[in-house]
Amino acid sequence: MKYIDEFQDPALARRLLDDIARTVTRPWAMMEVCGGQTHSIIRHGIDQLLPENIELIHGPGCPVCVTPLEVIDKALEIASRPGVVFCSFGDMLRVPGSDRDLFWIKSDGGDVRVVYSPLDALRIAQQTPGRQVVFFGVGFETTAPAIAMAVHQAKRLEVRNFSLLVSHVRVPPAIEAVMRSPDCRVQAFLAAGHVCSVMGTTEYPDLADTYKVPIVVTGFEPLDILEGIRRAARQLERGEHRVENAYPRAVRPQGNPVALSVLREVFTTTDRAWRGIGIIAGSGWRLSDAYRDYDAEHRFDVTCLVTEEPAVCRSGEVLQGLIKPHECAAFGTTCTPRTPLGATMVSSEGTCAAYYLYRRLATPRMEETASVD
Amino acid sequence: MCLAVPGRVVGIEERDGTPMARVDFGGVVKDVCLAYLPEIQVGEYAIVHVGFAIQRLDEESALATLRLFERIGALDEEFGDAWERAAAEVERAPEEENR
Repeated sequence: MKYIDEFQDPALARRLLDDIARTVTRPWAMMEVCGGQTHSIIRHGIDQLLPENIELIHGPGCPVCVTPLEVIDKALEIASRPGVVFCSFGDMLRVPGSDRDLFWIKSDGGDVRVVYSPLDALRIAQQTPGRQVVFFGVGFETTAPAIAMAVHQAKRLEVRNFSLLVSHVRVPPAIEAVMRSPDCRVQAFLAAGHVCSVMGTTEYPDLADTYKVPIVVTGFEPLDILEGIRRAARQLERGEHRVENAYPRAVRPQGNPVALSVLREVFTTTDRAWRGIGIIAGSGWRLSDAYRDYDAEHRFDVTCLVTEEPAVCRSGEVLQGLIKPHECAAFGTTCTPRTPLGATMVSSEGTCAAYYLYRRLATPRMEETASVD
Repeated sequence: MCLAVPGRVVGIEERDGTPMARVDFGGVVKDVCLAYLPEIQVGEYAIVHVGFAIQRLDEESALATLRLFERIGALDEEFGDAWERAAAEVERAPEEENR
């Protein structure tokens, strides 16, 4: 076994793998929802260590990847305006908009700043009252409470030169969209652990029931992922479809009640477009009416900006688990992490980037590029 | 940004009416908001995401995760200089175009 020595506890990993092999009698396909899990799976070769009749399908759980082109273009438009300080997480700098990215705006003289926390952006607003400070709020349920607290604080402290460009997304509607797709092959889900650290597990039993699909809350380390797979396989073999928590050290059933209460005050659910996939009903958050004054889309009048995806990029199919990255003609040729066509290649959590980084010799196409680096 | 990293609380103070902590992530120390985990004490470990503590974690799990993240370079990605990384990508891109 090629990679197992890299596991923290190779002996435990082998026991889990043996147990999975003993459990599985038929082919099963399961989807890991989170991009962090995808990265861990590919890096450690977990998919190669598993019995052949378990297929891992990579899900849409990378917030950088699913942020629609239209929102990236709105960010670029706002960041180009004079008097604006545009704050973002570092992951968003190289995500391609229609014709440029935030890094380009910065090189062209725009005031784009990378912050570690949205509270850092709020502090910049407090320190520069003559400028409009905009924070780019992307991310799943793990990130949203931080953004919610920043705007909650802005209102409480009466900081009026602060606003948010919001593109938050929610996991449960994405799971539902995957299950409702006519091409769906997914038979079980490994749910994203840290999303559940915030949200708890109460959103999932209805999904498991409705779609007769096991959902196992799973962590990010290789052993966590093996344990998630082991539990999902056991349910599938027994014909069960329950929610199980395989990451109890970080996930309580009720989630984080304080974060949930701030989330509900600041945000309200909305339909949201996912890059490459399209609109998923109820899959996003927008600022609630009480916080509408802090919505950068209205403050900078970019609500009507609409753009279209480049046709060559098949990241939408990758995000839905319909194709693997190397089935796209652009993968590793015109599309690489340094010249990405789509966000699944630009983000370090993206499935295409993970395949490029760790599986470059897996396809004939990649052999040509391997010697360049 | 997607990553949540465990860290050890080394100091707590109130700022603008909000509980804040200094948190040590295996040598990198950052300001972290405790609004969502107000009961945590100095010396305890928490999972931290984009500057917010979101859940407690036991020391053994936290240290094991930190070791793993350090080995795979995830800490540098989370706390390193995003501009440097973006600039390196831009500078090296023409090599690939000309290949």
